[in-house]
Amino acid sequence: MKEKLEQIKNRALSAIEESGALEVLEELRVQYLGKKGELTGVLRNMKDLSNEERPLIGQLANTVREEIENKLVSKKENLEKAKQNQKLQEEILDITMPGKKLSYGHMHPLEQTLEEVKGIFLGLGYEIVDGREVETAYYNFDALNLGEEHPARDEQDTFYFNSNLVLRTATSPVQVHTMETQELPIRMIAPGRVYRSDEVDATHSPVFHQIEGLVIDKNITFGDLKGVLAEFAKAFFGDRAEVKFRPHYFPFTEPSAEADVSCVMCGGKGCNICKGTGWIEVLGCGMVHPKVLEMAGIDSKVYSGFAFGMGLERLTMLKYSINDLRLFYENDVRFLSQF
Amino acid sequence: MNVPMSWLKQYVDIDVDMKTFEDRMTMSGSKVEAVEETGKEITKVVSGKIIDVQPHPNADKLRIMQVDIKGERTLQIVTAATNVQCGDIVPVSLDGATLADGLKIKSGKLRGEVSEGMFCSVEELGFDEKDIEDAPHNGVYIFPADMPLGVDVKPYFGLGEQVVEYEITSNRPDCFSILGIAREAAATFNKPFKFPEIKVEEIDGDINEFASIQIENEELCPRYAARLIKNVKVGPSPKWLKDRLFSAGLRPINNIVDITNYMLLEFGQPMHAFDYDKLAGHQIIVRNAKEGEKLITLFEEEKTLDSSMLVIADAEKAVAIAGVMGGNNSKVTEETKTILFECANFSGYSIRQTSKKLGLRSDSSIKYTKGLDPNNITLALERAAQLINLTGAGEVVKGTIDVYPRKREEWTIPYDVQWINHFLGTSLSEDEMLELFKRVEFIPHKESQTVTIPTFRPDVTMMADLAEEVARLYGYDRIEPTLERGRPTRGRKKFDQLVCDAIRQFMSMYGVHGALTYTFESPKVFDKLNIAADSALRNPLVITNPLGEDFSIMRTTTLNGILSSLATNYNRRVAEAALYEIGKVYLKQEGKELPAEIKKLTIGLYGKNADFFSLKGMIEALLDHLHIETWEVERQTELDYMHPGRCANLLIDGKEAGFFGEVHPIVTKNYDIGTKVYMAEIDLEALLRGIHRDITFKALPKYPATARDIAMLVGENVLVGELEKIIKVRGGKLLEKLELFDVYQGKQIEAGYKSVAYKLTFRADDHTLTDEEIQKVMKKILSGLEMNCGAKLRDQ
Repeated sequence: MKEKLEQIKNRALSAIEESGALEVLEELRVQYLGKKGELTGVLRNMKDLSNEERPLIGQLANTVREEIENKLVSKKENLEKAKQNQKLQEEILDITMPGKKLSYGHMHPLEQTLEEVKGIFLGLGYEIVDGREVETAYYNFDALNLGEEHPARDEQDTFYFNSNLVLRTATSPVQVHTMETQELPIRMIAPGRVYRSDEVDATHSPVFHQIEGLVIDKNITFGDLKGVLAEFAKAFFGDRAEVKFRPHYFPFTEPSAEADVSCVMCGGKGCNICKGTGWIEVLGCGMVHPKVLEMAGIDSKVYSGFAFGMGLERLTMLKYSINDLRLFYENDVRFLSQF
Repeated sequence: MNVPMSWLKQYVDIDVDMKTFEDRMTMSGSKVEAVEETGKEITKVVSGKIIDVQPHPNADKLRIMQVDIKGERTLQIVTAATNVQCGDIVPVSLDGATLADGLKIKSGKLRGEVSEGMFCSVEELGFDEKDIEDAPHNGVYIFPADMPLGVDVKPYFGLGEQVVEYEITSNRPDCFSILGIAREAAATFNKPFKFPEIKVEEIDGDINEFASIQIENEELCPRYAARLIKNVKVGPSPKWLKDRLFSAGLRPINNIVDITNYMLLEFGQPMHAFDYDKLAGHQIIVRNAKEGEKLITLFEEEKTLDSSMLVIADAEKAVAIAGVMGGNNSKVTEETKTILFECANFSGYSIRQTSKKLGLRSDSSIKYTKGLDPNNITLALERAAQLINLTGAGEVVKGTIDVYPRKREEWTIPYDVQWINHFLGTSLSEDEMLELFKRVEFIPHKESQTVTIPTFRPDVTMMADLAEEVARLYGYDRIEPTLERGRPTRGRKKFDQLVCDAIRQFMSMYGVHGALTYTFESPKVFDKLNIAADSALRNPLVITNPLGEDFSIMRTTTLNGILSSLATNYNRRVAEAALYEIGKVYLKQEGKELPAEIKKLTIGLYGKNADFFSLKGMIEALLDHLHIETWEVERQTELDYMHPGRCANLLIDGKEAGFFGEVHPIVTKNYDIGTKVYMAEIDLEALLRGIHRDITFKALPKYPATARDIAMLVGENVLVGELEKIIKVRGGKLLEKLELFDVYQGKQIEAGYKSVAYKLTFRADDHTLTDEEIQKVMKKILSGLEMNCGAKLRDQ
């Protein structure tokens, strides 16, 4: 019997080894280990063995079964692996073929830039304030220290509905509304549309967007204005951006400044974008004029603050090297989907 | 403001290079816009003396000349010029020279003879013959005999001047003059400001015996002064004066005009010359014009005046519009013998109004508009008289008439060193600060802690203004940037801002691009949009001074913006486009001055994926995205710009929130769009109101759901929405979901009917539903559909 078992084992193992398909393997399992299989058949004759032999043969029979089973499992794994590999081979794709088109929309480039600016100022603790576009002359001019006789009032190229009602020429009126209604301290930016009587061309539009900023608190200094706006410039234009503050004039700030940023194109060496100067003018700013504070009901002896304003179109044109402002309002999807 | 460097340097010593000069002027507040060199294009033109003249062997009209330019050798030049001869010193353009018109000169042969350059006329150097007094007619210019040889001719003609263009802000009217800029340069570089030395030679007499001046409106004319010039000889100005004007970009005209222009540049003070003999009664009366009074200007244009305008009149008539323009009736001509030279101060505001009303601007009106210092007049008038002396234009009669009823006095304001330092973030000592004040001619008084401000600085009236002077003279760039140390504030977006963000995100996900369109438009838009004649939308806010009709009204609907943008895309052959805009409409409000500015979400699409239900699906998904739960749609047939059978009103919490649907074919045609367009206009406020901000978690279902299909026949006019309402009500809380999966009309269906099929899903959250329970609720639904909609069940 021992020999028989050995025989079965050897035949089974070599048959399994030689089998080439999972189906054959199953047949072999049935042939050797099945209820009517050869091994089972041998074991059925165990009862004829002596008491001494029986455990020995029994043990041997179990070992044979285990060996055959193990062989079956490992062969099966091999065959499955091979089958899998073959399937994978058959499934090779030309991965250079195009992906299935998923359409998605693009936010308007001006709104994308605005989001970026908002993000920077939100991080600095600024609120975002909306303002109206149709304003009274008081908020557009007088409350900003532009009295009836102020020469700058002429230069604004204002659109009028009547002598007292205008389209705001800057987002600055929002400063006044905010100071009149909000608790101190104030830190806010106010983006929005503004209107000036400029004919449409590559660099002018009678409708455009500004972002106003205002900070009012105790102990605010001109140095703070420089610090905050330099932070903004670095956040927006990159850490290497330098900022230069030049004296300027705005009726509602004193002292006033214009801020130039080192040219984003040439890094300050001079190019077409910066007209060879290495600098690009990006915003106007200044310490809020004490008269403006007082008109809005804030004690200029206790509080001070700064304000700034920048053009959203200009920032966006610089950011993406866009050379014609009209593109922003045409809404050609081939333009919009570039951003 | 253009200032030639040589003119500036007469009043302040500048010993730095141009780059440093420009940078520091800019940083102290006089922004340098550009630097231009006059005659920059002219190169390699030198003075040369003709030392030999020979006829040309091959041409009668040419001559061969040897020219000494103090070079290694003499040059040979072949010329056709007939006005030169041996011994003349002339401008010679050398090989490689460029002339004013860009012409390049090269050596070559003329009819076989070498010519190494060309003689120049004044035209070739960029002038008119009449600009240069001794220029010959159609000939080569001949220098005076003492002209050195071999030198660049540009300085002789006043060319090669660096002219600096400054941007002057409106708070500094004093800087619209060369003296003003010189003063700023002196302050910037901490150099003394050298005011011109003024001496006037007068002839005997007394101006008061010749003329009188009377100011009737002191408000509009705080000061009026004049000088009398006798034995006037109107003629060309001397070379030095012409050169000065050239360098500043002005063409000389005659001595009198040139002097007024010179004064305008140097002192920033307008002057006007009257022909004294044409002044009736030899009187000057500064008064308001009579209503309808007429005046013919210097340029022979008749202007009708009104009583708000100020005129200069004689005993009988207006002779000038004050500060704007002189009258033809009193102008100086070549016959003029005696001149009354006006130097006056007028209210800038009044001049601006007058100039605007008459549509008449002049160099003087522009200057006056900025607001001039009346105290500038004293020296300006003396300077003008001196120029009369220097140019020999006439003789200055002794004395000045100076009527100055409203004297502008200097004012004194306090300073507080600590406050200024605190305001700027600097730490200057008192002495350092006072030193800066002195540089701009403010007079500090240490004992009273005040400074006296000169009258040409009306912009300085309070301590913040002093801080500005300190900041700009100390240097903006030297003030340390700091971050504010104030009380913290919360930086966060408000609810409505977050909702707009959510909408933009959603639109991007859905393939809709963000658009921005103009908020003013043409009133023609109403017809284009087929808006009914009696619609309230046709009552917009109207701009009184628009850029043109196309931009003249504030929009009352946002449709035109997106439709126009879609049309742009369509006409550029973009196959499909989907755009949205969050933008305002502007609606008049009864009894209120300010209009309502209402934000709308506008969506527009065309192309192969655009149809009513894709737009509706987008809106449904948006409402879901925003967590707006209670909404419904109803048919909208009243909007003239929308397809009457394919438009819906959106109701949120039962209130109208906007509409969406297919645009009326008449409208798409008006916009030249040859395909169907779908649009929505939704009120942003209504969306905000409908959002339920508190989302409460619902446990995931524990028990299985059971689905049942129903198919029914209903009349073809029955709205699916009606069926759904009934199914929902009758289904109660066991009905989890209903999905329409088929609507069919046609074969096998009785005429006038349609087949509608739904999949209904039922579930209870506390047990598995039994068949009986489902039968019961199905029965309720079916009887409801039968009763209310006449539905007949199919195949069940």
